[in-house]
Amino acid sequence: MSDLTPTTLRNNVPLSPDEVLEIALESVLEFLPCQRDRNAFSLVNKSWNRIEAETRFEVVIGNCYSISPQRVVNRFKAIKSVVLKGKPRFADFSLLPPDWGARFSPWVVVLSGAYRGLEKLCLKRMYVSNDDLVVVANTFVGFKEIRLVCCEGFGTSGLAVLAGKCRQLRVLELIEDEVADDEEDWISFFPGGATCLESLMFDCVECPLNFNALEKLVARSPSLKKLRVNRYVSLGQLRHLMIIAPQLTHLGTGSYGPLEDLEDPLPANELRDHVSSAFAASKSLVCLSGFREIVPYFLPAVYPVCANLTSLNLSYANILVEEFKQVISHCHKLQILWVLDLISDGGLVAVAATCKDLQELRVFPMDTIEDNAGPVSDVGLHAIAEGCKKLQSILFFCQQMTNAAVISMSINCPDLIVFRLCIIGRYRPDHSTGEPMDEGFGAIVKNCKKLTRLAVSGLLTDRAFSYIGQYGKLLRTLSVAFAGDSDMGLTYVLEGCPKLEKLEIRDSPFGDIALRSGMHQYHNMRFLWMSTCKVTRQGCREIARQIPGVIVEIFNWNQVGEEGENSDLVDTLYMYRSLEGPRADAPRFVNIL
Amino acid sequence: MNFEETELRLGLPGNISKLKSNIVNSGATNVNGKRGFAEAANVDLKLNLVSSKGDGEIVDQAAESEEIKNLLGGAGSTDSVVKPPAKAQVVGWPPVRSSYRKNIISLQKAATKKGDEENEKVMSSPMGATFVKVSLDGAPYLRKVDLKMYKSYQELSDALGNMFNSFTIGNCGSQGMMDFMNESRLMDLLNNSDYVPTYEDKDGDWMLVGDVPWEMFVGSCKRLRIMKGAEAIGLAPRAMEKCKNRT
Repeated sequence: MSDLTPTTLRNNVPLSPDEVLEIALESVLEFLPCQRDRNAFSLVNKSWNRIEAETRFEVVIGNCYSISPQRVVNRFKAIKSVVLKGKPRFADFSLLPPDWGARFSPWVVVLSGAYRGLEKLCLKRMYVSNDDLVVVANTFVGFKEIRLVCCEGFGTSGLAVLAGKCRQLRVLELIEDEVADDEEDWISFFPGGATCLESLMFDCVECPLNFNALEKLVARSPSLKKLRVNRYVSLGQLRHLMIIAPQLTHLGTGSYGPLEDLEDPLPANELRDHVSSAFAASKSLVCLSGFREIVPYFLPAVYPVCANLTSLNLSYANILVEEFKQVISHCHKLQILWVLDLISDGGLVAVAATCKDLQELRVFPMDTIEDNAGPVSDVGLHAIAEGCKKLQSILFFCQQMTNAAVISMSINCPDLIVFRLCIIGRYRPDHSTGEPMDEGFGAIVKNCKKLTRLAVSGLLTDRAFSYIGQYGKLLRTLSVAFAGDSDMGLTYVLEGCPKLEKLEIRDSPFGDIALRSGMHQYHNMRFLWMSTCKVTRQGCREIARQIPGVIVEIFNWNQVGEEGENSDLVDTLYMYRSLEGPRADAPRFVNIL
Repeated sequence: MNFEETELRLGLPGNISKLKSNIVNSGATNVNGKRGFAEAANVDLKLNLVSSKGDGEIVDQAAESEEIKNLLGGAGSTDSVVKPPAKAQVVGWPPVRSSYRKNIISLQKAATKKGDEENEKVMSSPMGATFVKVSLDGAPYLRKVDLKMYKSYQELSDALGNMFNSFTIGNCGSQGMMDFMNESRLMDLLNNSDYVPTYEDKDGDWMLVGDVPWEMFVGSCKRLRIMKGAEAIGLAPRAMEKCKNRT
């Protein structure tokens, strides 16, 4: 009788119950793309582990030194997408010596051997050379997507190879990278004929561009939805691009003004009208950024598109408060806003009045010198708190703040997941009461029940940390600078926050006692960074000895040895869990204990 | 207002108070060879520096720079001021990405470079825009305004007030500049510490804003500087003289 259903036969041979289970599990796994869930799945038993390994297509490695590339390819056989992160975040602020590591080369060698079918690559804070890009371009035949975030080490010649060889390339996104000018006209290397390009972002590339080639490229890329050009594209040129590609959803405008050495044939008022028409015709545009060298006269041209925008990045735009208010007053649907503090508290009030759906706000400082007062303050924060109740993520730089404003935000914005407040003046108390900022941050951890990321600043005593330890039960990332009184501060956090994964601390009086208090915790964390604290070599050595599976790196910036009691103090401690032993590529100034 | 900023101090500029050991003297290049923002911030911004605080001590760089400016003769010396010695700044603080900082600083550089030519060419478009640099004593950044966008001193005064609204401007915002035509009112205003708008005209002289009819002002103004009232006293007699010569 042939009433056996097809799935229980393979080559006309009936399958065993185990094999049936495998197939069923594989089907289930299709619905588990999230790596955390898959990790849990794979821990059930060996057979589930194997099935998971065979069906996982994307692997995310949060710290390139936590596992060797060999181990990855041994376990996972069919990977199509790799996300790899290298340096710790404080590297962005010049706190990590150069040549520390995080090179992509050892990875690309192994990946190119094992995963011929690799399609997607996302690298963050890695050192990527031109040669690495050549390997990628030559090896992975169906390569589709590359995203490089905060990377360095490559130049336009590497980009040229990628452009020329990856015929299936859909996504090329360069975000905040340092790209060397190898004087290669990389845009011209894209092959002729229609391309598959969907996303092309190169706003961080500080090299002049062959605009003609870019124009032709955009014209033959019918699927292009996201385009972010660099500041070597003038407003007049941008307008041409917009006419050719009215289907764009994401646009980075480049300079948004005339270029110094490029005469625009149009008079300014006509150009502004033309640009305005181009924006009016861009019905799909939802995300706008760029404005690298904006001439404010042209800003009103964006008005036609404002009502549709869900994301606006004006963080490079040097504009007046009034000019900003004009723009923002049209942006009712805005969910993400990045601005310079030039917009001042008045600008923030305008945001609060209009952008009721705002989810993410970032306010960057134009001037980083510590000062009594700045253009934004507790007044602006208070306004945002009361106006933008759906806020989930905030990064706010200011010169002065009050506990009251922070408390207000904690109450009005219960959906906050990320709260990062940077009071530029170090050790600055609440400017109206003179009190430390303990109560404000305490209210944040207490009232914002979904909070997973926190950055603190201002005058903070150990009390603030006791609040964090007491209430920050979901906290995964914590950034601390110039805060706390004693070892107790750090101890509160290490003992109280079970979900802590990333802890970065600088210039705070935490020492060996505090370090010791976290011993039970370190293998649960991705990393701990402590620079210019009170940790000693001896204290670090103890940790290294007592905790397996954790690599303890220390480095001292001052090569000139300091005499005296402080010579045992460690400049920087960077500790991370790892399946491997000490890395072989550590430079001379790094000491692995 | 912080009166300590105007306090005269003895001693050479460059008395930097003790700061924490990790502070890098901004004269040194950053370890990785790139310019840290201390260097860039001090060298490229042709501005009056504001005091920075470390360990609760006040570093009166602002006072020292004020002093230097006074020694050189306030009027017209914005560009010839001896820059105070580079201030020490903390490495990596505030936590803004170095590449982002570089971009912002080059924005400011571009804005000031455009105004740096000997006889400043006013950036005009066929619309007839007349962009001039505006500086406010004590503010950390310069702005540019298009004088053709305003029809009167009052409008300009309002716009300037908005532009620098986080710094005290004093009476110039509310009363407008027409009052400066009145000599006695002028002396009152100049004698207190409120801010006063001045401009450099085609002849290179520093004038008090409000002396001449608006259209003539727009045609002859090369750059604006909002000074502290006490400093502008030196301008008044000259302003009065020019006035008298014209009538």
